[in-house]
Amino acid sequence: MAANTTETMTINMGPQHPSTHGVLQLILELDGEIVQKATPHIGFLHRGVEKLSEHRTYHQIIPLTDRLDYLAPMSNNLGYVLAVEKLLGITDDIPERAERVRVIMAELTRLKSHLVWLACHALDIGAMTVFLYCFREREHITDIYEKVSGARMTSNYFRVGGLSEDLPEGLDSEIRAFAESMPAHIDEYEGLLTGNRIWQKRTIGVGEISAEDAIDIGITGPALRASGVDWDLRRDNPYSGYEDYDFEVPVRTNCDTFDRYKLRLDEMRQSSRIILQALDKLKPGPILADCPKVVLPPKQDVVNNIESLIHHFKIITEGFKPEAGEIYQGVEAPKGELGYYLVSDGSTHPFRMKIRPPSFVNLQALPQMVEGKLLADVIAVIGTLDIVLGEIDR
Amino acid sequence: MVMTPEVLTLSETPWLFTGVMLGKIIVAFVGTLLIVAYATYAERKIIGRMQTRMGPNMTGPKGLLQPIADGLKLFFKEDIIPSQAHYLAFILAPMMILAPAFISIAVIPFGGDLHFTYDGTLYEVPLQITDLNIGVLFIVAMAGLGVYGIVLAGLASNSKYSLLGGIRSTAQMISYELAAGLSIVAIFMLSETLSMRGIVQAQQLPIWGIESLSFLPNWYIFTQPLAFGLFVIGSMAEINRTPFDLPEAETELVSGFCTEYSAMKYALFFMAEYANMITVSAIAATLFLGGWGGPFFGWINFLIKVFAFMFFFIWIRATFPRLRYDQLMFLGWKVLLPLSLANIVITGIAILLW
Repeated sequence: MAANTTETMTINMGPQHPSTHGVLQLILELDGEIVQKATPHIGFLHRGVEKLSEHRTYHQIIPLTDRLDYLAPMSNNLGYVLAVEKLLGITDDIPERAERVRVIMAELTRLKSHLVWLACHALDIGAMTVFLYCFREREHITDIYEKVSGARMTSNYFRVGGLSEDLPEGLDSEIRAFAESMPAHIDEYEGLLTGNRIWQKRTIGVGEISAEDAIDIGITGPALRASGVDWDLRRDNPYSGYEDYDFEVPVRTNCDTFDRYKLRLDEMRQSSRIILQALDKLKPGPILADCPKVVLPPKQDVVNNIESLIHHFKIITEGFKPEAGEIYQGVEAPKGELGYYLVSDGSTHPFRMKIRPPSFVNLQALPQMVEGKLLADVIAVIGTLDIVLGEIDR
Repeated sequence: MVMTPEVLTLSETPWLFTGVMLGKIIVAFVGTLLIVAYATYAERKIIGRMQTRMGPNMTGPKGLLQPIADGLKLFFKEDIIPSQAHYLAFILAPMMILAPAFISIAVIPFGGDLHFTYDGTLYEVPLQITDLNIGVLFIVAMAGLGVYGIVLAGLASNSKYSLLGGIRSTAQMISYELAAGLSIVAIFMLSETLSMRGIVQAQQLPIWGIESLSFLPNWYIFTQPLAFGLFVIGSMAEINRTPFDLPEAETELVSGFCTEYSAMKYALFFMAEYANMITVSAIAATLFLGGWGGPFFGWINFLIKVFAFMFFFIWIRATFPRLRYDQLMFLGWKVLLPLSLANIVITGIAILLW
């Protein structure tokens, strides 16, 4: 009698695969369609951002942070400039207008990132129309980005001590119109997905992770809150004046893909609320802190005032020198806690910069979430974790 | 004097018969090919509209030359055969998918009878290539053959994603063919014939044999709504349309069974997909919507019904996400199959009682 032997099939999913959201490689061991073992391989997009930072002045690092999570550049900028400001001890000197604009842009960034997430997540599961609807709205945000910073993706907008430029005239009403229209658009996406039986079947009970496991792994952001842990840095460790705004932190308890989907949509609604509140509170005023050793003086002063000229020359040619010390600053980026750990040796560039990217930590949950599930669930889980490889590989 | 029309036969008027037959074959074949080409255009335009974008609009007026440009492009592309692929099977597979899709058109009646006089005799020509007395069985058999192409493509590519696609399609097609096939059994029970033409003619009788209701068409969609639903869902799965496009599932299997194909072979898969869509729409129009019957001139009615179905399939694609493999199997075996069996039993009881 011939013995029946079964073999598992090893399949390389990625780095060239339409649904691995970049250059993630997953080595899957499949028994039929059931995933026995999943091993993520990362590093295909490694650009050495942390090492490069050690040879740049503090201001020159901001454009590098744009390229971490390239779907949410302003959140990366924000985390970095907050860390440097903390290191310099000028956190309290940031003018109110700059903080309001930072919050507006950070929340627009959250919307932008979540829109791309929903678009790709839905496309991965097969709903093509949502993809284009989401990109329609994202296009508005990129337009706003362009008007604010000149770039559609790599914004490089925030500066240590404030902003690079003030908002162009009339843009606040454009942002307001967009933020007001957003909830209706979210309802539109929900109309296509939430009640759809196929969508529910594909997401409910898929990729579950318990609150304990999530905390053990260090998951942050929507994935943590969908597992029932009420933790949001904007509320629990506020920065940039987030304590002034009235917003809710949505929490859900089913730990599955569907709950993460609903939770992110709720977050998008809250983001529009925050944007509208920040626009209401936005008053004319300076956009840069009054710290001449750190902040570049206005161009007009440079040509008229010898002191400003000297400061300008020193900051441009050498950079500023924070005191020796170390600092950690975390912000609630769209994908979770984005942390910057800076060590200064008193020179013009950081001795060490360690980035804690949320995607990198959240990706660790993937094997646990997919093992024993079907191949199609791997796609759903990659989508629901909302990873960006630029941030994982740095 | 009213002449009774004569039916063309091979034995009495061989040349005329051959000529008319060739004419019908060319019309049906070229018509299908044209619809295939412009179905791709229509799909892109319609889905584009639904997704707030333009669709093709640069090639020719309103992008109307896009299908031709696509065809030309694919025709001139390098035809890559992977070194580890099974050569013969790899080449054969796309043809094995396309041929059955076109063959099924042969038994579909696309219009009523055409009358013409030749040499003083009035002849009658049915607008159908051939009226097999087991037409529906023939179609089911051809649909079954089409699966081999996909399986073969999956196996011959010698690629793991293709293999998975091939396996998925085997399981899927077998399960859904069963449901779709059983759902139309109820139609035969009502029409008491397997000939496609006979089924259409049965639908031209007054509904339930009641003369006073003759303003209502006796289309089987009214008497057999459940069978209609089952057939549409089953055939959607059989032709790999969303939400049942698992064998090619681009985001999971990187196009599944056609991952390794390029150039014209790849185009053949797509032509087959659209040809299958046309075939299924034509079958549905014939079996459930009274074929060529309707307010307009014969074949125009038929085409309207076919296009309505194709629009429906395209619409579905813009709306639904994809099912998962196990859910697909569950739906096929535990929902659709029992329902179609129950439908047969209920129809049987109804026929016995009335």
